Amino acid sequence: MNYKSSYFILTCLGFGFAFLYIPILSMVVFSFNASKLVTVWDAAHSPTLKWYYSLLNNEEILDAAWISLKVAVINASGSVILGTLAGFGLARFSQFRGRFTLNAMTTAPLVMPEVITGLSLLLLFVALEQLIGWPAGRGITTMTIGHMTFSMAYVTVIVNSRLATFDTALEEAAMDLGARPLKVFFVITLPIIFPAILSGWLLAFTLSWDDLVISSFTSGPGSSTLPMVVFSKVRLGVSPEINVLATITITVVTLMIVGVSLWMSRMAKLDKAAV
Amino acid sequence: MNTAGYMRRFGVTGRGLVVVLPYLWLLLFFVVPFVIVLKISFSDIDLAIPPYKPLLEWVGKNSLAIKLDFNNYAFLFTDRLYINAFLNSIKVAFISTVLCILIGYPMAYGIARAKPATRNLLLLLVILPFWTSLLLRVYAWIGLLKANGVINNVLIWLGVIQDPLTMLYTPFAMYIGIVYSYLPFFILPLYANLEKMDWQLLEAAEDLGCKPWQAFYKITLPLSRNGMLAGSMLVFIPAVGEFVIPALLGGPNALMIGRVLWDEFFSNRAWPVASAVAILLLILLVPFMMWYQSVQARESAGAR
Repeated sequence: MNYKSSYFILTCLGFGFAFLYIPILSMVVFSFNASKLVTVWDAAHSPTLKWYYSLLNNEEILDAAWISLKVAVINASGSVILGTLAGFGLARFSQFRGRFTLNAMTTAPLVMPEVITGLSLLLLFVALEQLIGWPAGRGITTMTIGHMTFSMAYVTVIVNSRLATFDTALEEAAMDLGARPLKVFFVITLPIIFPAILSGWLLAFTLSWDDLVISSFTSGPGSSTLPMVVFSKVRLGVSPEINVLATITITVVTLMIVGVSLWMSRMAKLDKAAV
Repeated sequence: MNTAGYMRRFGVTGRGLVVVLPYLWLLLFFVVPFVIVLKISFSDIDLAIPPYKPLLEWVGKNSLAIKLDFNNYAFLFTDRLYINAFLNSIKVAFISTVLCILIGYPMAYGIARAKPATRNLLLLLVILPFWTSLLLRVYAWIGLLKANGVINNVLIWLGVIQDPLTMLYTPFAMYIGIVYSYLPFFILPLYANLEKMDWQLLEAAEDLGCKPWQAFYKITLPLSRNGMLAGSMLVFIPAVGEFVIPALLGGPNALMIGRVLWDEFFSNRAWPVASAVAILLLILLVPFMMWYQSVQARESAGAR
């Protein structure tokens, strides 16, 4: 390959990635810092794991993490079902009543400012409660519904674009051989889009796990999620325990992403070998 | 006639069954709520739970009165605070988008032109922060930017400055936070576009005597227009209503409309005013959302 502007591009890449990663690395480094002042390195007593112990004994954070985990798992599973149906419909049915609306409704949540989504969901829940008595109060259920509404939009996009790159020949062949549509979906389509469904599940989980704004609007007393607890702590200033939490998050995410992408590239190679 | 035939007679088809569930879900939890927001934006504030008066009221036995209160909107247009917050949000989002283009374009370009093995690694490095909690990544900047933070400590140690610079709780910090958080959203759609580019066009242009920057300006830039627009919308639209970043990095004077809405709702319990703010924000953003959707439609039509 030959392109002469490569020095300029390389510099930009270098600065860009430094910009993206210096903050992340700084949290990792300072999570081992003994000083309570967080950003002042206490060389005499560092590195230390003391903030790791203190985080693991912090009841408030652990309780919030447990709530976040429940919401994230239910949200990811529900979003994958709704998002796969919507993505499949949009990719495979070129015309049906409401196609335009469905397309718009699955694109808008991707860019909608969260304060608007959060406020509107809360007002819906309040109005529903007045009208039919459900949901009685707010908590894990209302938060999960809120998260699913925007997470499923992401799953839809992922499934839709995966299906768009596969032509319908395999599915049509199965139909010609007499398979019923439902069987074609489970035997042919589902394995094809499985990587997309897996990434959709993980993304929906992460979106829910990280969400602050929509959770704040739709949660009730006693159902604070992890980001809500972190936000209230961070507003009061930096805290060494948050650095620890960040380091654990980054480690888990990195392992997960690297693992999934290795697995997917192996699957892609197997696919090619099979053809 | 079999069951499928019966169902079809009543307008129930296999296709309909597939999409009906997500369709109804989004209708109920995404579209209907906006109608309620609109309704409450015309309600009176009330000291009750919930803190607004009903729009429809039975007066006497058989008459239903509708009372639309335009005061919430009038209030937004007379108080400079709200107008300033709207204008400032647009300004901040616009400048952040431009910064994302300036930083993100060369990165997306570099990734698209790298060797396949390197390309996947670089792409992974862009995606990774996007998967890590936004809140925690914004928090990291507090540690870097504050008076006794990492950047000041390094600059003082290097002897560049004597006294720490005030960076946290300034507009500067807010821009850094927004650009930092939204950069992957800009790079990824642009990369997806550049990846499909036929680079031989550039070689042809150079063979015909084009300078590299001329070839870039005349070929790469116009061809990547849709990717750039899609990425810009993914930055601009959410940034206008951003709450977390101005709340944590912007300081008390950072007037952003998302934050105003949040405070009206949580601190003042003025639900009707917050609803009116949401409706105006929505009216402002809907044209951009429609633009985004048409860009996306063009992009995926071009891909097939």
